[in-house]
Amino acid sequence: MRTDVTKINEQTPHGELTEGLMMFAGATSKYFKTGEWRTNTPVFHADLCRQCLLCAPVCPDSSIPLKDGLRQEFDYDHCKGCGICAKVCPFKAITMKEGI
Amino acid sequence: MSDYSLKEMMKKPERLAPGHRMCAGCGATIAVRAVLRGLHEGDHAVIGNATGCLEVSSYMYPYTAWEDSYIHNAFENAGATLSGVETAYKALKKRGRIPADVNYKFITFGGDGGTYDIGFQSLSGAMERGHDLVYVCYDNGAYMNTGIQRSSATPMYADTTTTPVGKKSDGKLQGRKDLASIIADHNVAYVAQTTLTGNFVDIHRKSEKAIYTEGASFLNVMAPCPRGWRYDTADIMKICRLAVETCYWPLFEVDHGTWILNYEPKKKLPIEDFLREQGRFKHLFAPGKEDLIAQFQAEVDRRWENLKYKCAVNGKETGDLP
Amino acid sequence: MAVRERMSGNEAVAYAIRQVNPDVMPAFPITPSTEIPQMVAGYIANGEIDTEFIPVESEHSSMSAAIGAQAAGARSLTATSSAGLALMWEELLLAASNRLPLVLTLVNRTLSGPININCDHSDGMGARDTGWIQIYAENNQEAYDNFIQAYPIAEREGVHLPVMVCQDGFITSHAVENIELLEDEKVKNFVGEYTPEEFLLNPGKPIAVGPYAVSSYVMEAKKNQEIALENAKAVILDVAEKFAAVSGRRYGLFEEYRTQDADFIMLIIGSAAGTAKQAVDELREEGHKVGVLKLRVFRPFPAQEIAQALKHCKMAAVMDRCESYNGNGGPLGSEVTAGLFRYKVMIEAVNYIYGLAGRDFTVEDAKAVFDEMEHAIETGTPPEQYRYIGLRS
Repeated sequence: MRTDVTKINEQTPHGELTEGLMMFAGATSKYFKTGEWRTNTPVFHADLCRQCLLCAPVCPDSSIPLKDGLRQEFDYDHCKGCGICAKVCPFKAITMKEGI
Repeated sequence: MSDYSLKEMMKKPERLAPGHRMCAGCGATIAVRAVLRGLHEGDHAVIGNATGCLEVSSYMYPYTAWEDSYIHNAFENAGATLSGVETAYKALKKRGRIPADVNYKFITFGGDGGTYDIGFQSLSGAMERGHDLVYVCYDNGAYMNTGIQRSSATPMYADTTTTPVGKKSDGKLQGRKDLASIIADHNVAYVAQTTLTGNFVDIHRKSEKAIYTEGASFLNVMAPCPRGWRYDTADIMKICRLAVETCYWPLFEVDHGTWILNYEPKKKLPIEDFLREQGRFKHLFAPGKEDLIAQFQAEVDRRWENLKYKCAVNGKETGDLP
Repeated sequence: MAVRERMSGNEAVAYAIRQVNPDVMPAFPITPSTEIPQMVAGYIANGEIDTEFIPVESEHSSMSAAIGAQAAGARSLTATSSAGLALMWEELLLAASNRLPLVLTLVNRTLSGPININCDHSDGMGARDTGWIQIYAENNQEAYDNFIQAYPIAEREGVHLPVMVCQDGFITSHAVENIELLEDEKVKNFVGEYTPEEFLLNPGKPIAVGPYAVSSYVMEAKKNQEIALENAKAVILDVAEKFAAVSGRRYGLFEEYRTQDADFIMLIIGSAAGTAKQAVDELREEGHKVGVLKLRVFRPFPAQEIAQALKHCKMAAVMDRCESYNGNGGPLGSEVTAGLFRYKVMIEAVNYIYGLAGRDFTVEDAKAVFDEMEHAIETGTPPEQYRYIGLRS
């Protein structure tokens, strides 16, 4: 009885909620878009990036995805715009802009 | 660590999914991601969690941020709860109900409230019994989830909501409890104190060591809270660096009883450099409060010398008896 | 062939644990339940079972570790009494709300203060609203039989709730009496293997236990838990029937002793039911129409069944071995009278508090209760409610 998170919401009748409110699935939070919280937005300048990856571990929101060891565009569905990555980038490859 | 490569570490699959509700810029989830990178690919994990910011934000029904199995029980019992999980693993493995080639590791996270204070007994019991698990404290130095009340991990003179600065108060009167030392005195397999540094070598190395050292391990990770410490959210890495360079937060480990100092700054920075960045210490920079900073410095110095002494006396790497 | 033995209640439960050979047992000692983990540790030390024992540093941790182990997929249990149960209070609620079918063997002892080690039901009754199934025993035989039935009840689909198996401290736990034990193989087959569908240690199938839930989910979750407790009633009876088939001993939600034509019925829990039955036998000899209803299952509370069982009597005495400090009687008194009203059984009822902290409850005391009921009905004087038996005044 694996859980389909898309079938559970605040209108779901009690009989259709999971037993003990357990989730029989992992990483369902991906379906919750915290990107909506953002007031400032990081902008990735791929031309300046040297792929040192210092930005990747400092993200509190796992929103700097990597593919084949290379950083990709931000996950704007989840990035909260904290700006830590822009501060640690030695090459100015990330800048912050106001708004979303 | 000459063979360390951040790029190699970052190739590991992400085990904390986005979409959790921690504040923007939270140090705790940066720490959690780093600790989970200590797991080898292919190994399974059960993650425990004391009630706190991390718990209410990372598993808000029906959204779990954890790729691995996860259990939150209550605030004060993360140590005991994971003791039960780890013991169940032993039992089920012994009885052939988990395949022999399947490996599980056990990691539990608690804030300083759940670890230093209300969950202290449960932690002490789990450590003393020597369960093969890692307890990770993300230490942000106050009860942040309930609104920045002091804890026994709060540094002296910090302005918190239960030690507010006022006409007759300079903030918290007591210094921090030294939990890493207390756990080391349980004579467990491995204890380390770490935080977030440049290429994450310290926390990555210690996490892997903690996870793969047989027996009970404890990691104390300083994880700044922008809300409670009142610094510019983007500056977390600078705050962590200053904590280490002022020797406010020394990096050390205790490996099977041997104390090892992992980093000694070439030039120890004055504690003001760390304090000045944070709103919770703002009152210390008012005219006439110089003696408070001097006292803070004296306490940092005393603890630093004490740590160096322990590492010199017991540590293989630092050598001779004084 | 069943084995005839002489054992104390603690020995009987430890023996049943040996026969079930659960996966994990965390425990912390407290009088009068200490012997149970001691004996289990002894079985393990001698290689008779291979349960993993965790010598935790408190009862709070024993229930916490049991929750962790059960969620991980291991059949788990612990034992405690009195203050130990009180220290677990938050965890009791969590074991039930997380729908974990673990078992706690409770040896009833009074709660502080003052501190005292003897029997009453204030510990178990204090935990009556934690979501656990509670089954009480009259003697060592029932403690043994109830324990063997506990996992099959707890683990049944539609229930998935923890079970508290209760016996009276010292009176049952330490008194040695005759007992009939089942063969090891029979118990093993009756209890079966624990095969949960979802658990923490299931590679490739991660689960998450213990969420924060916003208000939109909590009421629904609590209702689901309540439904599971209601479901437990039929399951308890079904398991009892299956148990009767292997043991020859029959159990229900309660036992009715000479109540069929009784005008006066005493409703009572635990070891004192034996005393009450003795009083009934003696009074029946003298021609009094009296009987005893011994409650076995307190949670789920069989209100309707009790109302049915009492509806033809003139008066019932509801006996509480517990002061509940509500200013209006004991917990059993409150719940039985509420049940009678709900099912429109308008008999007279009187509530007594007896036997606190091991205070003697004698056959003479029981007879006096029946006498007072008869007198109240004969004279038409309403009974004085909520009285203490054996209190110096």
